[in-house]
Amino acid sequence: MTMLPERAPGAKKLGLVIDLDTCVGCHACAVNCKEWNTGGEAAILPDYDKYGPQPDGVWFNRIHSYETEEGGCSRTVNLPRSCLHCEDALCVTVCPTGASYKRLEDGIVLVDTDKCIGCQLCAWACPYGARELDEKAGVMRKCTLCIDRIYDENLPAAEREPACVATCPSRARHFGDLADPQSEVSKLVKERGGVDLLSDLGYRPTNKYLPPRRATIPSAPAEAPSHDGKGLGAALLKLLDKALSR
Amino acid sequence: MARTTCYMCACRCGIKVHLQDGKLRYIEGNREHPINRGVLCAKGSAGIMTAVSPARLSTPLRRIGPRGSGSFEAISWDEAMSIATDRLAAIRASDPNRLAFYTGRDQSQSLTGHFARMFGTINFAAHGGFCSVNMAAAGLYSVGGAFWEFGEPDWEHAKLFLLFGVAEDHDSNPIKLGLGRLKARGAKIISINPVRTGYSAIADEFLAITPGTDGLLVLALIHCLLEAGRIDTEFLIRYTNAHHLVIDAPGAPDHGLIARDAAGRELCFDRASHALVPAQSLGTDPALSGSFMLPDGRYARPAFALLAERYGDAQYAPETIAERCGIDAPTIRRIAAEIAEVAFNQPVVLAQPWTDTAGRHHPTMTGRPVAMHAMRGVSAHSNGFHTCRSIHVLQMLLGALDTPGSWRYKSPYPKPIPCGSPPGRAHIPGGPLDAPPLGCPRGPEDLLVDEAGEALRLDRAFSWDAPLAIHGLMHMAIARAYEAGPQKIDTLFLFMANMAWNSAMNPGETTRMLTECDEEGNYRIPFVIVADAFASETVAYADLVLPDTTYLERHDCISLLDRPIGSAHGPADAIRVPVLKPDRDVRPFQDVLIELAGRLGLADFADDRGRPLYSSYADYMVRHERRHGVGPLAGFRGADGLALGKGAPNPGQLERYIENGGFWKYELPEEQLYFKHANRAYLTGARAMGLIDDDAQIVLQLYVETLQRFRLAAEGHARPRPPERLRERISRYFDPLPIWYVPLEEAMTDRARFPLHAITQRPMAMYHSWGSHNAWLRQILSENRLYVHQDLAAELGVADEDWVWVRSRSGSLRCQIRTMRGVNRDTVWTWNAIGKRAGAWALKHDAPEFHRGFLLNHVISEFLPKQGDDAPHSNSDPITGQAAWFDLTVSVEPCAPESPAETSPRWGANPLRIRTTPEDAR
Repeated sequence: MTMLPERAPGAKKLGLVIDLDTCVGCHACAVNCKEWNTGGEAAILPDYDKYGPQPDGVWFNRIHSYETEEGGCSRTVNLPRSCLHCEDALCVTVCPTGASYKRLEDGIVLVDTDKCIGCQLCAWACPYGARELDEKAGVMRKCTLCIDRIYDENLPAAEREPACVATCPSRARHFGDLADPQSEVSKLVKERGGVDLLSDLGYRPTNKYLPPRRATIPSAPAEAPSHDGKGLGAALLKLLDKALSR
Repeated sequence: MARTTCYMCACRCGIKVHLQDGKLRYIEGNREHPINRGVLCAKGSAGIMTAVSPARLSTPLRRIGPRGSGSFEAISWDEAMSIATDRLAAIRASDPNRLAFYTGRDQSQSLTGHFARMFGTINFAAHGGFCSVNMAAAGLYSVGGAFWEFGEPDWEHAKLFLLFGVAEDHDSNPIKLGLGRLKARGAKIISINPVRTGYSAIADEFLAITPGTDGLLVLALIHCLLEAGRIDTEFLIRYTNAHHLVIDAPGAPDHGLIARDAAGRELCFDRASHALVPAQSLGTDPALSGSFMLPDGRYARPAFALLAERYGDAQYAPETIAERCGIDAPTIRRIAAEIAEVAFNQPVVLAQPWTDTAGRHHPTMTGRPVAMHAMRGVSAHSNGFHTCRSIHVLQMLLGALDTPGSWRYKSPYPKPIPCGSPPGRAHIPGGPLDAPPLGCPRGPEDLLVDEAGEALRLDRAFSWDAPLAIHGLMHMAIARAYEAGPQKIDTLFLFMANMAWNSAMNPGETTRMLTECDEEGNYRIPFVIVADAFASETVAYADLVLPDTTYLERHDCISLLDRPIGSAHGPADAIRVPVLKPDRDVRPFQDVLIELAGRLGLADFADDRGRPLYSSYADYMVRHERRHGVGPLAGFRGADGLALGKGAPNPGQLERYIENGGFWKYELPEEQLYFKHANRAYLTGARAMGLIDDDAQIVLQLYVETLQRFRLAAEGHARPRPPERLRERISRYFDPLPIWYVPLEEAMTDRARFPLHAITQRPMAMYHSWGSHNAWLRQILSENRLYVHQDLAAELGVADEDWVWVRSRSGSLRCQIRTMRGVNRDTVWTWNAIGKRAGAWALKHDAPEFHRGFLLNHVISEFLPKQGDDAPHSNSDPITGQAAWFDLTVSVEPCAPESPAETSPRWGANPLRIRTTPEDAR
C-alpha cells in the first residue's frame, strides 16, 4: 500500500487533452512515443518476437477504434489510450513496494523501477489498461508524460512537450497544466466540454477527452425539382440572361 | 543532429535525425519544414526500425538457381556493374527500346526519366499508372494542375470540404494538419467514401457511396446547381472556356472543335456587339447559351450550353441516380444546397488587391470557400478520368478554383494545358530520345503507334489502348513483355517496385510470366535487373540485384523537375543527405545509375570522349543543367547563391540546403497567392523563375477539345486512325465533357454471381509493403481481415473471425472477416499490402503476414474478360491506362467448418539463399 501525496495548493496538474473530434487514428503518437522512450533515459520499451509469429512489445500509448451509433448512423471514434495521471490513482495505492508514486509538484504518476517487483497489481488496478509489464526487465512501464522532455532546459521552450503531442499530425493532442484555469488546455476543456474517461469509477483522471462534435451548414431547405428535366430551368435561364463583362 | 527528408512514404516531410554514439536515437518532424511543420506520422517515427531491418539487402547478387527460387550468389560491385553495363551497351547498340526501365515509388524521376531519355528508350515509366494517373491527367488537361501533387485545399479559409474516396495514402501529414485546421475553425467536412475509417471517421457527414459512382454523384450535384441557377457565370467567362463556341456540324471533320478565326483565336459570341469575337477579348458580354452562325454558314454553340443541356437532363437528377450511388435523393439535394449556400452566400473576401492577365485591377481577392480533394478512391476506377474531370468541372461552375477557401494550385503549378512536351518518340542512332519518354499528347498525331495503329511502347501507353497514359502502364509491363517475348524486350530493369507481389494486379500470373521459358528453355523475359533496398517478393525474380541504401544513407533531391514539395504558398524543393554510413556492401541507386550512364557514355552523363561527367548523385544534383540555368535544385543558385529558380550552378549549393534545414522555399507575395492561372504578377514571376515557359493566362478547360480530336480520328476525320477494333471505344470514351459509365470490369461481370464491390485501403501506419519488416509497425498490424457490413454478414450467416471464400471472375481467396456498420452495404474491404509471401522481407516462416494476411490482388486480373475474337483489353481506364483495381466485384461465402484456418492462396516460401565465395577462393 502506497499513499498518495496530499496535493499542495498551487501545485500543477500536468496532463493531456485529447480531441476525439480530430483524432484520425493514425498511430503517430504511439510510435513516436515508443521511439522517444525506447532510446531515452526514462524507460526502455522492449519488443518481443520482432520478426516472428507474435510481434509484440510494450507501448505507453495504444489506439483503439470504435463504432458507435448516432442518430441512426454509425460513427467511428478513434481513442488513443495512455496513462491519465489520475488524482486518485489506484495503481499507486495498490503498489506493495512504493515503486508506483504520484509526484507532488506536477501530479505525474511514475514507476521507480528500482523498487518495482513486477507484481502487476497496478496493472490489475488500473481500469484504463495503461500499465504494461516489461517482460525483459521484470518491471512495469507506463507513460511518463515525457518527463525527460518537458523539463529539459536544453530543448527550446516550444519543444518541451511530450513526444506524442509534438508529433500529432492532426494536432489532436494538447499538453498543459490542468490546475491552472487560464491555461490553454483548461480553456479547451471548458469550451469543448472535456470529459473524464470512466468518470463513475472516481479515479479523477487528469487527462481529459474532448468529445466528437458535428459541424452543420444551415441552408435553405432542399429545393424540389423545378422543372421536368428537359431543357434549361427557369432559374438558370434567368441567370444566363444577365449581362456579363469579360 | 542532421536535418533531412523522410522516405517512409511519399509525403517528403522534413525530419531531424538525432544520433547518439553514432547510432540513431530519435527521428522527429522538423518544425521549420513547409510540408509537415514539425509533425511526423507513425511511419516516419518508425524510421529507426527500418534502418535496422533484417530485410535490408547487403550485397550485389547474381541468380544461380531457377528464377524465383531465391538462390543467388554474392558478387562484387565491379562484377555487378560490368554485367549491367555489358547488357545495356549491347541493347543500346541494337535497339534501345529493348530496355524497359520501370521505377516504383521513385522520388528521383527527374534523374531516372532523364537516364531513360539519354539511353534512348521509350519504355520508361514510374508507378503512376497504377496509382493516380487518372487524377493527374484529368487535372492537367482540365485545369493545368491536379489533386494531391499539384494542388491542395485552402485549409485556412475553406468552410466546406468535400473529400472523395480513399485519401489516407497520400499527402498524409499535410492533409492531417489541414483537417485539424478545418476542425479547429468549425468548417464542415463531408466524406464521400464506401468506408468510414481514418479521415472519414472525423467527417461531419459521411456518405457511404457505392464504389465507382462518385462521378455520377458529382454530375447530380451539378444538375442541382444548374437547376437552381447557382453557378458563377462571371468566373466561367473570365477564366474558363465555357463561352468558347463549339462547332455544331455532326459528321464534319471539325465537329466538336472550337471555332477559331483566321488567326487561330478561339471565338465567342458577344451579346453587346452581336458579333463573333475572339473569346479572350475584353469588355465583351459573352453568350453562354444559344446557337450562333459562323462565317461559313454553319452553327456553333457555347461549350457551357452543351454542358447545361447534358447535365440538366433528368438522367442526372438525384432521384434518377440515388439508388445506384447508394445515397438518397434528398441528401444529394441538401448537399447541393449546402455547397451553393457556402459558395455564394458565405464568400471569403481578402483585402488583397491583385491584377489579372488582362490588366484588370481587383481591389480584393474573393473566394468561394468550398474545397475538394480526391485521390485513390476516384483514381483506381476505369471511369476515374471522367470522374475526376467531373469534380474539376464542378469547381469551375462554382468558381471555386484557386480562390480563397477553395482548392488551390501548388507551385510550380498551374502549367499551360496540356503541359510539357508530347512523349519522346525517335532517337538518333546511339543518341537520346527527342523528348522525355513521358509527356502529354496534344492529339492523335502525338501517339506512339505504328502504321497499323498498334502500340510502339511495351506497355501500350500513348497508343489507342490508352492515349493519355501520361504515367505509363507499369502494371502491364510484365504481361506485355511476356506476350511479346524476347523480340520486344531484352531487359526489364525495376527500381523499388514490388511487381511480383502487391504491386501486381495478379501476382500469380505475374510470377508465372516471369518464370516461364520458351521451347529452348530460355526465359520469355530474358533478363531482369532489380534495384531495391529490401528483400521484397520481387527480388527473388531478378537475375541481377543491385542493393540500394535506406533513405538515411544517401543523397536525394526532391526536384522541381519532378514532384517537388511546393505548396500554394510558393515553390520549394528539398534534399536528403546521408546521416548514416552503410554497414553493408550497398550503394545508393542514384549513384549507381549515374555511374552506369557514365560507363555507357550517355549524353548529359559523359563528355564527348566518353568520360563520366559526375562522380555521384550529389555532384549531379549541383552541376547538372537541364536547360540553361535550370538544374535539379532550384534554390541557392548562381555564384552568390541568391538566384531564384534559374541561375548558374553553385558549388556550395548543398551546403546552403543543409544550413537551411535540407530544403529551399520561396514564399510568394500575397498578391500572387490566388487566381494563379490568371494572376499577372504570379505568372510573370513564375516564368522568371523558370517554372513555366509562357506567362499567358491559363484558360481552364471546362470543355476539353483535345479529347474531341481523338474522337474525330476514331470517326475517320483525322490521322492516325485507331485500328478498327478500338474505334467505337475511342469514340465513346473521348467525350470532351465528363461522362459517367459503369466501370468496365463491373459492366462485363455477371453481377448476380459477384454482387459485392471489393476495395482496399492503406492503413495510415503502413506504406505499401514497407511496413511489414518494421518491428514497430508490424506490432500495429501484421494480419488483415475482410470487413463486411453487419447486415450483409447476417445475410451470409457469418460472424467476426469466421473464415470465408472471396471469389471473383479470376480467382478465389480465403480469409477471415470482421463486421462493421460504417461501410457501404454492398462493399467489402481490407487493408492492402499486409499479406506477404512466405520467405520475403526476412520475416520468420510462421509470421502472421504469411498465414493470416492476404492480398485482394489475388482475385484481380490485369485483363478484362475476353470478348469476341479480340485480345482482351487491359483492366484499365480507357483514356489514361490507370489500373482499375477498385473495379473488382466479388462474392463472399462461408468456408466449410473443416477448412484450414489460414489464408489462401499460399505459395511455397522462397527466401533468399545467398552463396558467398570467400575472397581468397575467387
